[in-house]
Amino acid sequence: MEKKSTETQSKPKRKPKLAVWKFASCDGCQLSLLDCEDKLLAVAGELEIANFPEASRLVQKGPYDVSLVEGSITTAHDAERIHQIRKMSKVLITIGACATGGGVQALRNFQDVNEFVRIVYASPQYISTLKTSTPIDEHVFVDFELRGCPISKSQLVEVICAFLNGRKPNIPAYSLCVECKRQGVPCVMVSQGIPCLGPVTQAGCGVLCPSYNRGCYGCFGPMERPNVAACCEQWSKLGADNGEIMRVMRTFNAHADEFRKESMRYENASN
Amino acid sequence: MPKNASNDRKLVVLEAAQFQALLRALQDGGYSTVAPTLKEGAIVYDEVATVDELPVGKTDEHAGGSYRLKTRKDKAVFGYVVGPHSWKKFLHPPTLRLWQVRRNGNGLEFVHTQEQPPKYAFIGVRPCELSAMQIQDKVFMAGEFADPIYQGRRENAFIVAVNCSQAGGTCFCVSMKTGPKAQSGFDLCLTEVVEKKSHFFVVEIGSDRGAALLQDVPHSEATPEHLQKASAAVEQAASQMGKTLDVSDVKDLLYRNAESPHWEDVARRCLGCANCTMVCPTCFCTTVEEVTDLTGGNAERWRKWDSCFTSDFSYVHGGSIRTSSSARYRHWLTHKLAAWDDQFGSSGCVGCGRCITWCPVGIDITAEVQTIRSSETSKPK
Ligand code: SF4
Ligand code: SF4
Ligand code: SF4
Ligand code: SF4
Repeated sequence: MEKKSTETQSKPKRKPKLAVWKFASCDGCQLSLLDCEDKLLAVAGELEIANFPEASRLVQKGPYDVSLVEGSITTAHDAERIHQIRKMSKVLITIGACATGGGVQALRNFQDVNEFVRIVYASPQYISTLKTSTPIDEHVFVDFELRGCPISKSQLVEVICAFLNGRKPNIPAYSLCVECKRQGVPCVMVSQGIPCLGPVTQAGCGVLCPSYNRGCYGCFGPMERPNVAACCEQWSKLGADNGEIMRVMRTFNAHADEFRKESMRYENASN
Repeated sequence: MPKNASNDRKLVVLEAAQFQALLRALQDGGYSTVAPTLKEGAIVYDEVATVDELPVGKTDEHAGGSYRLKTRKDKAVFGYVVGPHSWKKFLHPPTLRLWQVRRNGNGLEFVHTQEQPPKYAFIGVRPCELSAMQIQDKVFMAGEFADPIYQGRRENAFIVAVNCSQAGGTCFCVSMKTGPKAQSGFDLCLTEVVEKKSHFFVVEIGSDRGAALLQDVPHSEATPEHLQKASAAVEQAASQMGKTLDVSDVKDLLYRNAESPHWEDVARRCLGCANCTMVCPTCFCTTVEEVTDLTGGNAERWRKWDSCFTSDFSYVHGGSIRTSSSARYRHWLTHKLAAWDDQFGSSGCVGCGRCITWCPVGIDITAEVQTIRSSETSKPK
């Protein structure tokens, strides 16, 4: 998103065209946009919603000024489709844990996917799927990532505002702890011994879990340069066993590099 | 903000039963009374109306990365040390809008945040915290970068300090010469004495404002017995320090050891989570964020607490200067205990122990300094 806006200062300007795309995902992140209610009208006023099947059947052809991409790549067809979308989009922003960290469906990356298919589907012969679920940036260049399961509405509006105004989005990459402390939430890890992934998780959710006396389970994915090993060691000091630590590293961001590697260390340790 | 620092201050006695009268007098004087209070499993600072909202009969146990609230056998009002909050959250707010700007025809209209500074009465300010305020004063009260938000709030603040009668497991104010007894910078300073049959505060009057307030609060003369009990309580705290920090020559020690392999050892344990800086009562760094609305017709500048543990903190065009955790921890520790002295003429650490307790992995500033110190004596020159 460091790109300059292509619009010049002279008015009237053409409204930038927005497209929203879905890959393997639950739709929750797209719905966050619909859920922006009051802000959505303002978004519609500034952007032409050119392709957003969740909101309107009207589909305009590309190219698009900005594409929001939800979901991970799990089929050969999707692996093709994302390249088409990239070609049609000036700016491509991935939204949510599936698109940025593989999603829960990335659990298949640690096992034989055919085994899952046999167990889950009555007629497995109709299922055509890749062995892995991978984030969009393993396939095409991504201009900006919005984290979370689901994404935060305010971060979504912020990234759209930043795009419209040709400025850098205020989306920090530091730990959730920074946000937690600014809000004055007493640390659940220190004051109650509840294991928390906040020290390795990117801020942005508004400290949902610790505010409700729960540890963070990392739905915003790894922060910048996380020390996942030291955090997991603290989890084990607080009583979490290897299996539990392996599982917490494999939730919504199962394919995020730092979480995936640590989960494999704990998997090997518990075998 | 109290200015008096006379040496023979007047001492009186306030019965515990009259504590509410003190709160009421402050409220009648137009102050919002802010004091320790319970939130989830911790003692934090927030606005309170009555003494029942204070953590009466509670205490706290501290160790590296661990804090536990416990119940006391008595009804002490201030029978604990410091929690995760510090008074800086009121004097130097964690997030603040600095200004707004609107498009106005062809021009721009700026609106600065000019607050009517809130009038806080801080109740239960510990001696180390008074020192922390005096350290932040050097940063914000004068000079080129004086901060009007801090100035307004600080000048208005009425300070009821409380001497410590017990120390926490991570406290080291004795090493830093900031406690456990307050020397200056308060309007009133209480020392709590709780016994089977009596419960009172010896009150030291630190300013004319403090003396004036007491006129509305029932109190009596302090007897030598009262005073003796109060000093015994403070001595008890001094003898209980959970930690010590040898500060002799610490500035040169750290400057000499900028390349010590020990920083890498800390980096293996350090999460880079920034909790230590957020809880530190002297850390003052902020960042600013510019936000716009969708139309681009309105923009705002917000100030937020920042930390030298984030990569954006040292970002200059093209990248971050301090990319490793070892560089960040070294920077933090060296600033606190060495460069601060060059910059502001004092240590940047008051020995409150928060960074040790609230570090999720219990990294201990006193232990890290000690390790560096011993590494010098153990290795051949
Ligand atoms: S509760 Fe979790 S996120 Fe908050 S400070 Fe503690 S470890 Fe960090
Ligand atoms: S606290 Fe963690 S798990 Fe909970 S919503 Fe925030 S990022 Fe997600
Ligand atoms: S460095 Fe640690 S002990 Fe020193 S003042 Fe800051 S939080 Fe307290
Ligand atoms: S020293 Fe502790 S609190 Fe500070 S950044 Fe490192 S792990 Fe976090």
